[in-house]
Amino acid sequence: MASLKNIRKRINSVKNTRQITKAMKMVAAAKLRRAQENVLAARPYAEKLAEVLQRLAGSGGEGVGPLVRKEKTEQAERALLIVVSSDRGLCGGFNANISKAAEAFLRENSTRFADISLVTIGRKSHEYLRSRASIRKNYSNILSTLNYQTAALIAQEIIEGFLADEYDAVYLLYNAFKSVLSQTITLKQLLPIQPPEGAEEEFHPEAIYEPSREELLTELFPKNIEVQLFHAMLESVASEHGARMTAMDSATKNANEMIGKLTLQYNRARQAAITTELMEIISGAESIKG
Amino acid sequence: MAEKLHLELVTPYKKILSEEVDMVTATGSLGEFGVLPGHASFLTSLKIGELTYMQSGVVQHLALNWGYFEVANDKVSILVETAERADEIDLERARVALGRAEEALKKLSREDKDFIAQEAALQRALIRMQVAAKAARR
Repeated sequence: MASLKNIRKRINSVKNTRQITKAMKMVAAAKLRRAQENVLAARPYAEKLAEVLQRLAGSGGEGVGPLVRKEKTEQAERALLIVVSSDRGLCGGFNANISKAAEAFLRENSTRFADISLVTIGRKSHEYLRSRASIRKNYSNILSTLNYQTAALIAQEIIEGFLADEYDAVYLLYNAFKSVLSQTITLKQLLPIQPPEGAEEEFHPEAIYEPSREELLTELFPKNIEVQLFHAMLESVASEHGARMTAMDSATKNANEMIGKLTLQYNRARQAAITTELMEIISGAESIKG
Repeated sequence: MAEKLHLELVTPYKKILSEEVDMVTATGSLGEFGVLPGHASFLTSLKIGELTYMQSGVVQHLALNWGYFEVANDKVSILVETAERADEIDLERARVALGRAEEALKKLSREDKDFIAQEAALQRALIRMQVAAKAARR
């Protein structure tokens, strides 16, 4: 049986750990609330833009620019996968899951694409995937101070690469925020843009466009990609805090359980020590008497 | 026909306005325009400029960064990167930005990559000051 001193030490160290996990949980909860607000606040813009785009693209006619290249007859050869993870660990399976999903994507599509390169957003997936796939570019430490301009810049770089014919398709992989407890890994095709489905029923032939419909479309499509990327990043940040909160919550619970067990063990050991001591005293007294 | 326009102004960060208004004017890429209830469907890109709307006789001003403006069925949707109400504008900051942009523009030639960015900064600062001045006059 472990000595009393050792058990006491263990209890203290577990208590310290519990303090940390508890604090991290609180911080994650506070950050989560903010991140959640950001996601909700960004939603109207994304929805409005999609709405406008749908109406614009749906009102018939061709000439929608190079980003909507019709599905190539031959195989699309090179793909780009954007993986959004987090910069920091200690958030349960959050980063492992997304990295695994990226790996699965690489495996499943190895026949479809001759070459798949990656753009990672967040340090964690970069660390994991760097030895397993070819990384084009990594963006780290942008998620904690995420703003629209950063997302727009990344999107523009990606679009430029697409237009320069460096890759034929772009996919986005991220954790979508469902609730505090659940994040779902989501894969989205960014490029080539798939024309919005189910063209608006109400047709606006009389609609006025300034400067012209084509010009607006060529401006709006890249814009939409920026917004989608921004939105994915926001959701991923919210998911990260959610995942961290749950992970830290269960860590705190585990610590509590462990402290309980150790305390029990400590008390038993103490009781046993007292009993042995008593026995010794009694038997000593007995032998003097005799 | 509806008597009012429903105005919605959104940025990537939040919804700024969602109100019933009587009239909206803004600066489109082809020039300034006004929208009254019953306007035909209309979509345009916006330049850095001013947005004014009239709500029961009171005129409000906002400074807009570039974006899009759509009218459909008496609903006005404006998508912009940033928008500031007149009372939110930091006049001091706008002045500093104006000075900085002017300085930079003097040094740059028209072909410089930075020229357009600085010019945009100059315009933004000017619009902000203009909007703030209008609000102050009221």
